[in-house]
Amino acid sequence: METEQNTKTKFSDMLPILFHKYGWFMVGGIVLLLLALPLLNLNSYLMNILVKVGIYTTLGLGLNVLVGYTGLVSLGQAGFVAIGAYTTTILTKQFGVNFFLAALLGAFLAGFFGLLIGLPSLRLKGTYLSIITLGFGEIIRTIIIVWQPVTNGPMGIRNIPSPELFGTKLTLYNGGLFYLVLALLILVTLFCQLLINTKTGRAMRAIKGDETAAIMMGVNVTYYKIAAFIIAAVISGLAGSIFATQLGYIDQNTFTFDMSTIILSIVIMGGMGTIRGMFVGALILVVFPEIARPLMDYRFVFYGLVLVLMMRFRPQGLLGWKDTAPYPVSKNAFNLFTENKVSFSKKLKRALHSETRTE
Amino acid sequence: MIIQQIFNGLTLGMTYALIAVGYSLVFGILRLVNFSHGSVYAFGANIVLYLISLKFGLGPAILIGILLTGVLGVLVDKTALEPLRKQKAEPVASLITTIGISNIIVNLLTALLGSQKRAFPSLFPAGDILVLGIKFTYTQVGMFVVSLLLMLILLLIVNKTTIGLTMRASEQNIKAAQLMGINVNFVISFTFFLSGLSAAIAGALVSSYYGMTYASMGYMAGLKAFAAAVLGGIGSLPGSLLGGLIVGVTESLAATILGSEFRDSMAFIILIIVLIIMPNGLFGAKSIKKV
Amino acid sequence: MAEKLLDVKNLSISFGGIKAVEDVTFHVDEQEIVSLIGPNGAGKTTVFNLLTGVYQVDQGTISYKNKEIQNWTPQNIVNEGISRTFQNIRLFGNMRVIENVLVGRHIRTAYSLFDSIFRNRAFKKEEDQNIAEALKVLETLGLYDKKDEYSTNLPYGDQRKLEIARAIATGAELLLLDEPAAGMNSQESESLMHFIGQLRQLGYTILLIEHDMSVVMNISDRIYVLDNGKLIAEGCPEDIAHDPLVIEAYLGGDQDAQD
Repeated sequence: METEQNTKTKFSDMLPILFHKYGWFMVGGIVLLLLALPLLNLNSYLMNILVKVGIYTTLGLGLNVLVGYTGLVSLGQAGFVAIGAYTTTILTKQFGVNFFLAALLGAFLAGFFGLLIGLPSLRLKGTYLSIITLGFGEIIRTIIIVWQPVTNGPMGIRNIPSPELFGTKLTLYNGGLFYLVLALLILVTLFCQLLINTKTGRAMRAIKGDETAAIMMGVNVTYYKIAAFIIAAVISGLAGSIFATQLGYIDQNTFTFDMSTIILSIVIMGGMGTIRGMFVGALILVVFPEIARPLMDYRFVFYGLVLVLMMRFRPQGLLGWKDTAPYPVSKNAFNLFTENKVSFSKKLKRALHSETRTE
Repeated sequence: MIIQQIFNGLTLGMTYALIAVGYSLVFGILRLVNFSHGSVYAFGANIVLYLISLKFGLGPAILIGILLTGVLGVLVDKTALEPLRKQKAEPVASLITTIGISNIIVNLLTALLGSQKRAFPSLFPAGDILVLGIKFTYTQVGMFVVSLLLMLILLLIVNKTTIGLTMRASEQNIKAAQLMGINVNFVISFTFFLSGLSAAIAGALVSSYYGMTYASMGYMAGLKAFAAAVLGGIGSLPGSLLGGLIVGVTESLAATILGSEFRDSMAFIILIIVLIIMPNGLFGAKSIKKV
Repeated sequence: MAEKLLDVKNLSISFGGIKAVEDVTFHVDEQEIVSLIGPNGAGKTTVFNLLTGVYQVDQGTISYKNKEIQNWTPQNIVNEGISRTFQNIRLFGNMRVIENVLVGRHIRTAYSLFDSIFRNRAFKKEEDQNIAEALKVLETLGLYDKKDEYSTNLPYGDQRKLEIARAIATGAELLLLDEPAAGMNSQESESLMHFIGQLRQLGYTILLIEHDMSVVMNISDRIYVLDNGKLIAEGCPEDIAHDPLVIEAYLGGDQDAQD
């Protein structure tokens, strides 16, 4: 019996197939394009936006480890960004420390706060956890305002120096800043991708899938939740360090709940749990307010709208389909399997041996 | 001096309690923390001011404004949250949605009315009374009395009326309530209506107290009220009342003793301490883990 | 003489004044298949929760291989060699079949995050071993062909088998299976029970929960019967089937009113 072929295939059904088939080409092409970008001599306004997209993509990747991998909705990422930004800025401006060293210290400090904020998260679920992360972001803001001798309070820090590499300043105009952001983005992307098919990545995803079952399978949920917070914090801190040099001026109003909302919107819109989603999410959500300037203040409604509409109509996000590629099994692993060089319990091995011996 | 601050704190805390009640009502029936509640509160205050600017009298403006805010509450549920319940979405989806709604409402208010602070008229006559050496302005007394009255009315509605009974039944077990013939969707809408109503009244009172209103006023107040609700045990109306008072007094004392920059952080500190030590709050119930 | 692998004495726990499990004593010997049966609400899953560290005991001891493990954390108990399945299926729906089993391997995996990111030899060696183990377990359970499916896409019976595969992957010797045949028709449950018998041949010791006696009659070496938190009978399946106390427990206590 012949069934009629439905020739209309939805674009959204095509996307996963496209990515699956041409994924690596796409990645390669995009990387080449990005590397060549500064050579196109785009005006500084566009370069600024591209740098911003790069930074927000990195921030999205960081939050994705918490939300997408581990299932912890954090609303306080702006706090970690602030820690990285302020630490690096103060060290480079006040003490002349090399930018890269300062950024590392900033990341370390951010990671430490990630640990601190991870601890209460262990006992809290869902909304309560999110609220406490929100509170954390606000506490960081209060510290910025109050700790005037260090942060200069509401007057902020201006004239933030550009990072220096081997004597050359990395600025927007010589393309240095762009390459710096690109380098961080590539590193973070690689990290997040490599994380997935490992013990750590699986543990996190198991926690998201069913935390109780994860515990009962021996996963130390405490450790991995905190690890997720630390990883997200470090990534955010690093991005914050670069962000500060792009802005040139920071104060407590740079790192508000709005920033945390934007990062969350990026993760949700792009597709939580996916890496490709972060790129698309950041691109759309950073570029949109720029091209929607005629809409004036109404364009900021967009972020909230994205969250509401996505949850309603496509909670998995724009690029959030489940990967259908088979799980990577190395030749070595397959050989071990076929040659029966395994035993899934000591008893089993004995039993298998005794079976084969009696044959 | 300290005593004065304590009483100042009690007055302000009463309004936090009134906002906190909105969180408890919605949490009780939906097990959802309505992140958009703060923005609804801001909407309430701003719409009343807007109506006043349209030359409505003070009384009518407040009345209409309150009703409109109640309707907004219902709208939020109907358009954004109810579809998620129908889809049997995960709880995190509702949380994120309410964050989005909060963002939408505040940004719309900013776009339409501007971000600057606008003067809000007094709802009570100027002047004060002296009781045992403590000064109370008529506004403070008015705020306290009105809030208390409203809380009592709400408690009455929930505990003594039929519709309150349907609310409590739905809180206990939504499926069973439905099977008993209760129109659960109506109960949920009514809950959001009450929640919006009380938020608007609180908004008008607080704006009158400070003499001003602005689009993003819901952010801080919403978080503080949430801290109050959690402290009291979210879902419990008496808990919200007590929680609000405690947050108000603590805030007042902190501002006096530590400095005004610490005013806003007190609520967060309380929130974090409560969530770490006793997440169920003062009047909340403990649940048993089922595997 | 087989040694007592699991030795439980005087196990008790109350929830808010109600004794969910009261003075329960039982044991499981190596390579035995023991069933814990009883009407719904008798406290069977509570016993499992006590055995696996979900709850702390009020009283009593749980000994595994002569080591007292009551009140240990669930992770440590899994490490010792006990793992379980759940009454309501708890798979990781966001992960593939093979990934679910790989999570089971978690506790036997030693490499660090550093090893993972830099994909060094330590990582590759252990990860390949893990994958091979996982594939073997899946093959033994007949799930190999579905290894790349997302676990929620599996038919119900396969999901139950996957839970067992995951439990096996932890390297456990004692498997606690909570109503593994729930929701299956008689053909499927017979097939599953047969498979559980094969597990025993492979060296596993199994403690089963079931509320339907007939399902476990043929497979159990011994049966314990729980009612209202207390053990009311124990013995071989034949004796249990004819025990008047057991029959009454299943039919309900309303019969008393007639006396």
